[in-house]
Amino acid sequence: MSNSEQSTVRVSLDTPGAVGSAPGMDVPVGYAQARSYWRGVFHRVLRDRVTIGCTLVLGLLVFLAIAAPVLPLIDPDVANSGDRLLPIGSPGHLLGTDELGRDMLSRLIHGARLSLLMGVGPVAVALLVGGVLGLTAGYLGGRTNMIIMRITDVFYAFPSILLAVAIAGALGAGITNALVAITIVFIPPITRVVESVTTQLRSMDFIDAARASGASTFSIIRTHILGNVLGPVLVYATVLVSVAIVIAAGLSFIGLGASPPEAEWGLMLNTLRQSIFLAPWISLLPGLMIFITSMCFNLISDGLRSAMDVRY
Amino acid sequence: MTAAAPHILSVQRLQKYFPVRSGLLGRASAWVQAVDDVSFEIAAGETLGVVGESGCGKSTTGRLLMRLIEPDAGQIRFEGKLVGRDLKVSDLRRSMQMVFQDSYASLNPRLAVADSIAFGPQTHGMPRERAIGRARELLGMVGLEPSQFERRYPHELSGGQRQRVNFARALALDPKLIILDEAVSALDKSVEAQVLNLLVELKKNLGLTYLFISHDLNVVQYVSDRVLVMYLGKVAEVGPVDAIYGAPQHPYTRALLDSRPSMDPEIRVEHPPLTGDPPNPINPPSGCRFRTRCPHAEAVCQTQEPDLRPAHGAPGHLVACHMRRAGSGHSQAAPLVRFGDREPSR
Amino acid sequence: MFQYILSRLLYTFPIAIGVSLIVFALVHLAPGDPLSAVMGEVDQTMIAEMRASFGYDKPLPLQYMTWLGSVASGELGYSLRSGQAVLEILLSAAANTIALGVLASLLGFSVGIAAGMFAGYRNGTWLDKVVSASAIAGVSMPHYWLAIVLVIVFSVEWGLLPAVGAGSASSMFSWESFQHMILPTIALSAIPCAIVARTTRACVMEILSMEFVEALRARGLSESRITLHVTRNALPTVLAVMGLQFANLLGGSILVETVFAWPGTGSVLNQAIFDRDIPVLQGTILLLAMFFVVTNLVIDILQTWADPRVSRH
Repeated sequence: MSNSEQSTVRVSLDTPGAVGSAPGMDVPVGYAQARSYWRGVFHRVLRDRVTIGCTLVLGLLVFLAIAAPVLPLIDPDVANSGDRLLPIGSPGHLLGTDELGRDMLSRLIHGARLSLLMGVGPVAVALLVGGVLGLTAGYLGGRTNMIIMRITDVFYAFPSILLAVAIAGALGAGITNALVAITIVFIPPITRVVESVTTQLRSMDFIDAARASGASTFSIIRTHILGNVLGPVLVYATVLVSVAIVIAAGLSFIGLGASPPEAEWGLMLNTLRQSIFLAPWISLLPGLMIFITSMCFNLISDGLRSAMDVRY
Repeated sequence: MTAAAPHILSVQRLQKYFPVRSGLLGRASAWVQAVDDVSFEIAAGETLGVVGESGCGKSTTGRLLMRLIEPDAGQIRFEGKLVGRDLKVSDLRRSMQMVFQDSYASLNPRLAVADSIAFGPQTHGMPRERAIGRARELLGMVGLEPSQFERRYPHELSGGQRQRVNFARALALDPKLIILDEAVSALDKSVEAQVLNLLVELKKNLGLTYLFISHDLNVVQYVSDRVLVMYLGKVAEVGPVDAIYGAPQHPYTRALLDSRPSMDPEIRVEHPPLTGDPPNPINPPSGCRFRTRCPHAEAVCQTQEPDLRPAHGAPGHLVACHMRRAGSGHSQAAPLVRFGDREPSR
Repeated sequence: MFQYILSRLLYTFPIAIGVSLIVFALVHLAPGDPLSAVMGEVDQTMIAEMRASFGYDKPLPLQYMTWLGSVASGELGYSLRSGQAVLEILLSAAANTIALGVLASLLGFSVGIAAGMFAGYRNGTWLDKVVSASAIAGVSMPHYWLAIVLVIVFSVEWGLLPAVGAGSASSMFSWESFQHMILPTIALSAIPCAIVARTTRACVMEILSMEFVEALRARGLSESRITLHVTRNALPTVLAVMGLQFANLLGGSILVETVFAWPGTGSVLNQAIFDRDIPVLQGTILLLAMFFVVTNLVIDILQTWADPRVSRH
């Protein structure tokens, strides 16, 4: 084995100059200001005009929805049989009136309260429940994973609209029931995404390194898993909000969910549908609001995805 | 290494079979015999090199020792204390640390390197301020200027720098033994050399013991005091580094050493010493697991599994081969009668 | 391959049982007695008699087993409202829904694949941007609203096409029926079209960036031959997405069917919900969910056939 003495490794190792404390010899990687991952994401989002635009639109909508009661708006519930279906741009009614003579602008703004709540609320709750289920299944693996994921699979056997309609239909009309239905619909997909990201992370060496340092499961999940799961899940949840808004309004549209005289976009779309021959363009306004809101969430999700460079 | 040195780690009959699950209920239909009946010792202050082809169970052995995977059978004693009975796994993990091959995957991408290093001490109750201070100190020890590196993220470092961070993290709990699982294998040759020298230096300064797992025979020769050769989950040969490299007793060890590229253009290897892939560890060959690729395989190799026995020559040199066991029935083995008096009874 | 199909079939079985359990549980979530909702204030003894005849007085697990047994033998019960056999109601409704679903798939998938391929090949150009923006709009679009927009434009404003119903023609293949199907088809195809376009675009872009395409170019293959390679590699993913979208069209058409008063499963479901017609409700949801399960199974098997990598594990 004498020739092995000649190998490159031996030669360079035997050179006393290259002792370990010479990191300058390593490939230097940019001396740019080190900054945290989330700050980097934030800066990239700031440079994305579409995402910023959508955020501003949604921000305005949320502001209007919250401030609706104190804004100088006409009472959304006051009907006026003399002013039915006034066209867009009528004096005193900027966006016209509905089939009972109620002010459209005021109803659309007040409608944002329920419609946004019914889109964001269920996803937020599903995020909590699905997050815990997915983390548990992904981190523990084995039998626990199998049980949780098989149950999830069963719920996946329903198209989301069908499941929402079926649950809301079974529970009966009403906002609470619709909220419950939409929440149940979104728990399985979130569980799946969280489980898949967690399972991937679980097999990475830094988790083993953390286990090897004697950390508890809870502290490993908090420090090492959550921060890595959050990005992809946030992106996904934003898409789900866009879907949830369409489904929630859809439930009200077919008479599940909100009920008259409440102002809610899907319900407004439904009642105005009877008037499409009389005032076609006014009847499209609530749907346009659903469309814009849903699209904003979708675009924001796209922006976040590229800012985080998420793949799943 | 002297024979009198106390064993810091002693492993007896370690075994791990992984189930191959299939079907609806995920029942085990077969078992991968990743680590099978592996025993060895490490003396305090030495470096034991573990070599073998990929899939031979050397990494699994490392993870079993850390209890990242639960062994099926076998005993691990750390400083004489039986792990699980006299020594809690959590305490074992403070005294024993591990560095992995993939420098990127072994660092949390969302944590600054100082936070990654400080995580271990913090979980053991060190206040954050002190843990970060300790992390800075450790960065300096592994040759990374703290002020320049502590707030960096893994993707902002080179492979060598990341691996230095991983050493710093392993050192953060003041371990006595560090398992280096292919820790320098993924690095460029020039960087590898620097990192190896750092390892040697740290070991000397901190009085560490290493279990050095690698497929690179040259590197193992350079860092190790003793070497253990694994083949398909079993120990083929173990002994002092000079004995293993100078007078290998097992045909597998010899083949491994012969397969190293020669630096002398005049010396050419006429035919590959080792052909094909190792057999499937799900159904390893009967008898000696190496027999399917061994040029000297005979009938006895198929029927009997060779056990680890002292080889002639250097003390502490053990080999599992019928050719080296007198009276085994192998045509190249010495007859039992003639050398029976020299054979220590076991 | 055969073994994979078999295991996939076996795997579908517990899912189907789970689905039936959910469907059964759903209607029992409902507050109140299913019969009193239908019958209103009538003689209590009569309700009790009816309960007994429908088996609603038995314990739930027993009711489930009885129901499952009859479902397995193709017996879905009778409508509480009309007394008609549920299976009979569903079969004619399903034919209408499937007709729309197939048409909407043909339209959505062909447009989606074409647009997606185009955008993928012309990555970064303004055409790509138009396709990507339309695709995002398509996914975000409340399709029931799109349905109303279509009715307003084509029926109310221009008077070109009928707004509601399926027409009175006896055959589904008549010109009158076809006219009635045009608007619902377009409304339903928006989402699958957008999703297929996005998937195809992403797939084509990813494949084009792979080294083997470069190798093919280096070997002097014509662009049309390379397109063939790209298509072959994109097929499994796009196929999976298309199958899922087709299944979604059938199960999720309730909203669009409501807008067009289309006599499909969605309308049956809608009616059953407001009538609290339990057997019809259970039957419809079960049928639609089972259709979804079976479609997924077929896609999986097709995917295995189209992608040699899948079959290996």
